[in-house]
Amino acid sequence: MGSALSFEFGRLASNRALFAGLLVLLLVCVLALLGPLFVDDALARVGATMPRQPPSAQHWLGTDGQGRDMLTVMLLALPQTLKIGLVAGLISLSVGVALGLVSGFAGGWIDNIIRVGSDVMMTIPGIAILVLIAANVRVMTVGLMAVIVATLSWMVATRAIRAQTLSLRERGYIQVARLNGTKGLKLIFVEVLPNLLPFIAASFVITVSQAMLATIGLEALGLGPQNELTLGMTIYWAQFYGAVIRGMWWWWLPPILAISLIFIGLMMTSIGMDSFVNKRLGGRS
Amino acid sequence: MYADYVARRFGIMLLVIFLAVTINFVIPRLAPGDPIEAQLNQLIASGGGAAGDVQAMAASYRARFGLDQPLWHQYLAYWNSVLRFDLGFSLANYPERVSQAILAGLPWTLGLLGFATLVSFTLGTLLGGIVAWPRTPRFLRAAGSSLLVFSSIPYFLIGMILLYLFAIVWRVFPAGGGIPFGTTVGLNWSTVSGLAWHGTLPAISIVIAEIGAWALGMRGMLVSVLGEDYITLAEAKGLQNRRIFVWYGMRNAMLPQFTKLALTLGHIVSGAILVEVIFSYPGIGFRLYQAIQTNDYFVIQGIVLLLTISIAVAMFILDLIYPLIDPRIDGRGR
Repeated sequence: MGSALSFEFGRLASNRALFAGLLVLLLVCVLALLGPLFVDDALARVGATMPRQPPSAQHWLGTDGQGRDMLTVMLLALPQTLKIGLVAGLISLSVGVALGLVSGFAGGWIDNIIRVGSDVMMTIPGIAILVLIAANVRVMTVGLMAVIVATLSWMVATRAIRAQTLSLRERGYIQVARLNGTKGLKLIFVEVLPNLLPFIAASFVITVSQAMLATIGLEALGLGPQNELTLGMTIYWAQFYGAVIRGMWWWWLPPILAISLIFIGLMMTSIGMDSFVNKRLGGRS
Repeated sequence: MYADYVARRFGIMLLVIFLAVTINFVIPRLAPGDPIEAQLNQLIASGGGAAGDVQAMAASYRARFGLDQPLWHQYLAYWNSVLRFDLGFSLANYPERVSQAILAGLPWTLGLLGFATLVSFTLGTLLGGIVAWPRTPRFLRAAGSSLLVFSSIPYFLIGMILLYLFAIVWRVFPAGGGIPFGTTVGLNWSTVSGLAWHGTLPAISIVIAEIGAWALGMRGMLVSVLGEDYITLAEAKGLQNRRIFVWYGMRNAMLPQFTKLALTLGHIVSGAILVEVIFSYPGIGFRLYQAIQTNDYFVIQGIVLLLTISIAVAMFILDLIYPLIDPRIDGRGR
């Protein structure tokens, strides 16, 4: 009785985490989509206003050390940051799902190569290689950033999808489909992939959050797109001009809060999805 | 079985080291233009260093890398110099050697990282256990769970907030550096207290950000361990709650935490790099930041190589230890 009750409570709590996480992410996305429509791009240029002004009625979030209006900067930087995270997440998810499926289905030496490959990539600290690549690229852009980050965050999805493929492969309905003569791509796309969707969704959230973590780390080191506004670059410039030491909290706190909000939203979604996915699996087997 | 497992992990370590060195060799050669010339020209343009220095440096680099020789020859030569820990000179601080720069920063990073990881591992594991234990008071569990939220936020963001509050507003801790200026370093009280005074804020920001990750893992494990039959048996035997919690629950749930240590090592190091930057802590991470600022390419390359190789070796050592403490790991599951 007690355990059944706590189980129900756990389900509710996990759904609540999923719900809250998705809500936070939705809010952030709406802000990123609509925000840029209401601001004047010119205010985000160097020297557009008086520098180093604390928040006031005219500049709600004050101005930074180079005279940019912080509210404008924030609203323009948010969509760029999300774009890097989403594009990088999508690329590495596609690579991860493809490799995971191949690895799980093919087995043998192909499986071995993919496994060793992802093990090796997991061992290499991503940021080290990213630093090396970014330091060699002359002009960094948002798109290039996403591709670079994606090359080093496909491993988690690969491993998760491979493990699930291995277990799905042995299920009864797949065996039946096989006996019925379903082969190759049709088997993968019609029978396997739809059943992997919850895992793919869960991997996507983790991949996006890893990609964003790597991106913001690179940007904070000064290796991000110099000519574009992103949250990480805002933090880099604040750090570069000593905003913390000079007590200009309105310069570094808004990007920190925005980034934290995104990560908390992603984490709650991930936790919620995890128990959701596991419940489904537990219920079926 | 253990031999197979060790061989596999050793192979992966060698592969990582091979890849790291190769990537370090290939990436600069993929970039258009001559990196050395570009760097040196930039240096001259910014007015740093006398012309004689620059020529001497360029000559030394050309000789070192044998840039006029075939590619495979250059590759072998690169391996040769890496194996001798000869990573060239710093462009910004000539004639400082890259190996010297790394050795100067290494103790700081290892100390900060080792200490912070130890503390967060211990506290996080304990917290996770407390949160998962059904007899813990409800408010304590709620408070513990809310701490988990921090695990998702990048370390250095927490560091910036701490720096502002404790070093700028309240002036309790110093705003940067690793030790008070002018301290004679030795085995004395002023060294130890100086290190602790400067290290507190960076360490706390790593600990706050990390505790949640350890607690999350521990909570999940303990919940499943508490469902095992031997826990029911222990309860039926009438053992004390504390004894069940520590010796039957925590002890068994803790083992996977050690496995996680290896998997997150890279993540911890990446996070610590930026914490050092925020607090101007004189470790490898801050040196890397400075090198990026000054386009000091060989220092960047050297630090990247060192980070990759040392993480590969550390993971291999951890992998060797696991099967000894947890016989369930024998390489089949991984």
